[in-house]
Amino acid sequence: MLTSNIIKGVTKGFPLGITPTKVEVKEVDFNPTFIVKTLTKIDYSALYQAANDVGHAEGLPEKLEDDVKENEDLLKKLHNALLQVEVIEGELVCPESGRKFPISNGIPNMLLLENEVENVTQ
Amino acid sequence: PCFCLEVGSGSGICITFLAQILNSSATFFCTDINPKAVEMTMATALKNGRTVEPILCNLTNALEQRLKGKVDVLLFNPPYVVTPSDEVASGGIEASWAGGIKGREVTDKFLPKVASLLSPDGAFYLVVIKENDPDDIEQLMKSYGLSMKCLGSRRAGREYLSILRFARQPEHSHSWS
Repeated sequence: MLTSNIIKGVTKGFPLGITPTKVEVKEVDFNPTFIVKTLTKIDYSALYQAANDVGHAEGLPEKLEDDVKENEDLLKKLHNALLQVEVIEGELVCPESGRKFPISNGIPNMLLLENEVENVTQ
Repeated sequence: PCFCLEVGSGSGICITFLAQILNSSATFFCTDINPKAVEMTMATALKNGRTVEPILCNLTNALEQRLKGKVDVLLFNPPYVVTPSDEVASGGIEASWAGGIKGREVTDKFLPKVASLLSPDGAFYLVVIKENDPDDIEQLMKSYGLSMKCLGSRRAGREYLSILRFARQPEHSHSWS
């Protein structure tokens, strides 16, 4: 699910770039209310970039207009990008440091090495 | 609810159960520091016909920035067992129980983040044992503007467990609305 991109990099990094090596598209029931609700809570430009990174941005506009909830066709495309396209293997890339976080089995590994952790204020 | 997040999902039973009772009309994020746990969480959810989004990271550090003010249901069954400090956060199976001094070392790292993660009406559910000093946790969370309600307690073997719920408003009785 592409919204697992709401992740930061070591410094501030968002959005993370995606270099997929294995992508799957599975079928998920279309729930327009859920899509509309979720769209209000995410950064659309990040979703658009992510969809582009994995090669599934067909039909997605660069910017979302306010009337998106009336456009069922577009909602279906957004549903596809949000819920159906899944990166199974690949990497997330921090836009600031270039640090790569591996994705395996659909799960991103965001664990940092000891020397990558900033001094934590208690 | 729109976004749910479980910290330390372990086997995945809690987040899967949540997905079942909420009938999946939300997005379910879950994290764990142990790679085997996140895989197991994914498997448990799938076996029960649910989709969850597991992330391998320390507490919620990979998600905090983007989920700020958006989490409607936040769950944490922490490593609450009282152990020596050096057993905490090993990354192995001990990470699932080792809580250090008063069993609070991991919990205390997470508590300051709760208020900023929660949405205005969001709620945080925490499992504690008596040794974790729930009264102290109540005071601490009050300073973050969250009020506590104990939803239930019971004894299981040597442990006296309680489920605590934290939210911004004190619980109103239903006749209020």
